[in-house]
Amino acid sequence: MGRAVELAAGVRSGEVRAADVVEGYLSAIDAREAEVHAFNLVLADAARERAAAIDAVVASGGDPGPLAGVPVALKDNLCTRGVPTTCSSKILDGWRPPYDATVVERLAAAGAVVVGKTNLDEFAMGSSTENSAFGPTRNPLDVSRVPGGSSGGSAAAVAAGFAEVSLGSDTGGSIRQPAALCGVIGVKPTYGAVSRHGLVAFASSLDQIGPFANDVADAALLLESIAGHDPGDSTSIPEVFPSLGASLRAGVEGVRIGRISDLPAGADADVEARLEAAFEALAAAGAEIVDVEVPAFTYGLTAYYLIAPAEASSNLARYDGVRFGLRVDAADTNAMYTATRSAGFGDEVQRRIMLGTYALSAGYYDAYYGKALKVRRLIADDFARAYERCDVMLTPASPSVAFPFGSKTADPFAMYLCDTYTIPSNLAGHPAMSVPFGSGADDLPVGVQVLAPALGEPVMFQVAAELERRAS
Amino acid sequence: MSKRISSDDVAKVARLARLDLGDERLEAMTSQLDDMLGHFADIDALDLDGVEPMTQPYPLVNVLRDDTVAPGLDRDEVLAAAPDPDSDRFRVPPILGLDG
Repeated sequence: MGRAVELAAGVRSGEVRAADVVEGYLSAIDAREAEVHAFNLVLADAARERAAAIDAVVASGGDPGPLAGVPVALKDNLCTRGVPTTCSSKILDGWRPPYDATVVERLAAAGAVVVGKTNLDEFAMGSSTENSAFGPTRNPLDVSRVPGGSSGGSAAAVAAGFAEVSLGSDTGGSIRQPAALCGVIGVKPTYGAVSRHGLVAFASSLDQIGPFANDVADAALLLESIAGHDPGDSTSIPEVFPSLGASLRAGVEGVRIGRISDLPAGADADVEARLEAAFEALAAAGAEIVDVEVPAFTYGLTAYYLIAPAEASSNLARYDGVRFGLRVDAADTNAMYTATRSAGFGDEVQRRIMLGTYALSAGYYDAYYGKALKVRRLIADDFARAYERCDVMLTPASPSVAFPFGSKTADPFAMYLCDTYTIPSNLAGHPAMSVPFGSGADDLPVGVQVLAPALGEPVMFQVAAELERRAS
Repeated sequence: MSKRISSDDVAKVARLARLDLGDERLEAMTSQLDDMLGHFADIDALDLDGVEPMTQPYPLVNVLRDDTVAPGLDRDEVLAAAPDPDSDRFRVPPILGLDG
């Protein structure tokens, strides 16, 4: 049983007070936040008030919900009404959204206690949280190394015990890669399973909100609490989200695990060794290991780094100094737009806007963006063929363990390679999750990625739970 | 020298994107974008004839809701977040007329 599951059960039954629970996590924040910098904003007073209110509900015989009293951290690109939401960008510094994201409403309805807004690579563009306008987050397991990104703050908050669970967003690996580097569970759900209403958009056809947790069961509970149709998101899928509880105890007897024989090279030997150990562990548990081919997997990086910046260049056009956030004054409106955007966006965000604008511009659209959309189709088709022969596939979540600060900042493409194994699931719209499975170099955690077809969360969690049992 | 993209191209794209890179960053950006486009050339070898472009994971079309009146965002709250609100409007610098 996960700790969040236990905490919620204790609070609901009145055996544990939410107020005491939250103090424990706030103490952990006091002790180490200055060193880790997981948060853009700690909401200690609001968390205490909220915990007291939950205890009052329990005292009066009510049920605060399945996440009663569970401390949760929110990536700072999730809108919180009246509470600053910055996307770790100067262009939104100080902005207070006039509404809550749907996931924030659902967490509140489930009884969770929000302890803070977590740091990220600006507008979720990056793989190390080094692109934050407010300074990097450090990996709680080794503060000389990055926590991964872009949801580095959310991963670090869970790994450091600042929150029991957290939410991040994943456009090309931004939940799974930091989860792997910080040694926690990270889930990117099926596209459309979780409402994006109130998630500040980066690349709308790829973005998905998902949970971080210390246990697979807690990740399942959090995902069940936020998933489900929302009229506020036109890409929210109408299907009822499947229940995950039974999957956690089902074992993997007879489950077909795909090993991608033509997986792109590039993972370090320590990571490869843990992936191999994961296949062996699942085989020992009764799963069948099946060789599959996904020839277009290797082209995912190119397709993604054309499609995501193209969508971002359009989504980020709204930051023009008119309706919210920063304005840098100038003599006319056009000059004001340019002055505001040049001062407000950081280097990587500007680079992606440039790349996306170029890929969409007249004369280059067919050569870049149009071609990338076709490659996206090839990847989805290859996945569909592979899933005729297997139920899930396993790959590394990250090519390496957590790396030192500054080691990839000089070459943008070196940073992009961090997403090699995570990107294809976003392009296809499929769920995938990272599960810690032992250690690699310098005793740092390695994450194994479990990939499943659309709405394949039950079998994905089934395999993840088995990996969790066999990792210890 | 750049092969795939020139600094003139980059300057034009920057204007379209309403970004002022300055001379030094224009050169760095040109070199970085050229490097990336070089990496992205891996897909040039693929035969993509007849492949249907994929813009969305799901073929959702015409998602409509019932035409019922519901409260929108609070106007004062929205305007409070603007850099330069003017009663119930967003004020901006002049749009026309500065060029004579």
